[in-house]
Amino acid sequence: MLIARLKAGGPTLAKQGILVAFILFMIVFSFMSDRFMTTGNVMSVFRQATIVGVMALGVTIVVIGGNLDLSVGSMLSFATVLVVDLHDKIGPELAVPVMVLATLCLGAVNGFLIGILRLNSLIVTLGMLSVIQGLVLIYSGGQNVDIANQSETWFRVFGRGAVMGIATPIILFVGLALFFHILMTTTAFGRRVHAVGGNPVASVFSGIPRSRIVFLTYLISALCVAVAAMILGSRVMGSQNNVGQGYELQVLAAVILGGTSLLGGSGSILRTVLGVLMLAFIQNGLILMGQPYYTQWLVTWAVIIIAVWLDVAAKRGRLLSPIA
Amino acid sequence: MSMFSNNPALRWLMHNPIWGFVLLIFVFFSLSADHFFDARNLQNIVVQTSTIGLIALGMTLVMINGNIDLSVGATLALAAAFAVDVQSWAAFATWGNWQILPAVCLALLAGIAMGAINGFIVWKTGVDAFIVTLGAMLGIRGLVFVYTGEQSFYAANFAYSDFSMMSLGPFPVLAVIFVLAVIAVHWLLSRTVHGRNTYAVGGNREAAVNAGIRVGPHMMINFMLIGFLAALSGVLLSTQMGAATPNLGRDYELWVITAVVLGGTKLTGGKGDIIGTLGGVLAIGILRNGMNLMQVPAFYVYVILGSILIAVLFLDKRFNRTQNGGLRL
Repeated sequence: MLIARLKAGGPTLAKQGILVAFILFMIVFSFMSDRFMTTGNVMSVFRQATIVGVMALGVTIVVIGGNLDLSVGSMLSFATVLVVDLHDKIGPELAVPVMVLATLCLGAVNGFLIGILRLNSLIVTLGMLSVIQGLVLIYSGGQNVDIANQSETWFRVFGRGAVMGIATPIILFVGLALFFHILMTTTAFGRRVHAVGGNPVASVFSGIPRSRIVFLTYLISALCVAVAAMILGSRVMGSQNNVGQGYELQVLAAVILGGTSLLGGSGSILRTVLGVLMLAFIQNGLILMGQPYYTQWLVTWAVIIIAVWLDVAAKRGRLLSPIA
Repeated sequence: MSMFSNNPALRWLMHNPIWGFVLLIFVFFSLSADHFFDARNLQNIVVQTSTIGLIALGMTLVMINGNIDLSVGATLALAAAFAVDVQSWAAFATWGNWQILPAVCLALLAGIAMGAINGFIVWKTGVDAFIVTLGAMLGIRGLVFVYTGEQSFYAANFAYSDFSMMSLGPFPVLAVIFVLAVIAVHWLLSRTVHGRNTYAVGGNREAAVNAGIRVGPHMMINFMLIGFLAALSGVLLSTQMGAATPNLGRDYELWVITAVVLGGTKLTGGKGDIIGTLGGVLAIGILRNGMNLMQVPAFYVYVILGSILIAVLFLDKRFNRTQNGGLRL
């Protein structure tokens, strides 16, 4: 029934499932709480979503390229601890570039192991998750770090600043999202990432430098983590050494919700943004309705499975799996 | 080469390289760490290993079957919370020490139920197990937090925490349970129709379907088994602590997958065994214990384990070039 209607309703509606669900959620929440649809609330949700959001942009590109990145969470811990710790030691002018370079190095290690050596991305990034978490703890000696003089440093602009009334994190997020959207939809690089993820063997036969493309996707992912770490470090002005723990799952949940296929080859940056915002608004809406904080995780569970189920069902043309 | 193939012990090690590694670090720590080669410490290693080991048994089944389960850490926490909380329910107040029984039963049932939900969804919707259990990992953890109100529970009945101290002769009861589980799952995998079909479904699903094997029920049974084992692990862990915290079992899925992959089970399915997994969990257990005794900060264990995982993957790729080790999603 449902599938027949999905087919009849045209592939456009089925394809925009996430958008429809997003609008439905927004309407329901607006009715349930009168504070939900206020500018202040929407803006604050947006701002909270930026850290997961920026990382999700990079992971989307990695996933479109046919791989996974589970190491972004501990990489975020690494970058945040590094930038906050170095801020007082060598000043923010140096701390930021050093942190970005160090994070890119970690991304390069991922890219080398997965792109050049062609190792399984799930296991490699799982191993890197553990390695990087260990490195953070060794570096910080298990101590939390913070910035001594929080009000005078210009570093505060990334997390706490605003331009023309719009918070800087939002500007960074939207800017990066638009940049990567254009990169993925209009450039040769974007097409190549799709090709490598869609059919690695065919991409090699077409003369696409598969190793280099995969390597670059991991550099992009690391770069996004570095930006997220700047926002996080600057907002909190301090860092626990496991601050990024569990972020990889929220990021992956947002990417999956955005309809990017874990098989690689298809996905879109803008729909990942929708996925990120949807998770953020679910969290916010449930809290405004007075539900316990962790109810959002239960709802996320259902939303992810239903979203992917409908996606899979629309592709195979029947609701239930044919396997006996 | 002929020298290797003539000696059965060496030939066995060639097929189970992880046991060579276990032997290596065992000898190394025995020589270099005081108190490592000590009956008490060896018992300790088995008890410490059993927490991750029990789940790893289930993960071996699920991964041979061609699936993966990321929700085990959350299931463990849910079972621990049930086991500790239910025994203090007013309904069982007059039961004396028997109040532990319904609590443990309910906890194990909860684990089986979570596994059944995962398995049923994977079976009926055809959504990949990675996504289904990723969702469940968040969802079940959310359930734990909502159920516990973000509080830790403490066991009301002291007999509960005494259980973990009990011994059968020279063997700690927790170690005995783990060894029994290893034997049972090994038997299930190598001697039963379900075990053989598990390999068949993971190795080549099309062929399994054509051979008339019902793929779905086998997957669901394996998910229920891993749910049960994760819950059992959670119950045993909470007896050791006399408490259950909502964050219990965080990151365990990573340790478990690391152990299983170290043991030679393929993510693609169809290949692996319990002997290898036992080697994998022992390698992790001995490394953590030995480095602890040598007073290496726990941080270094993360780095070493992660590096070993990647190194194993690299060596596996070098020496088994015909195997295509890609993740099937």
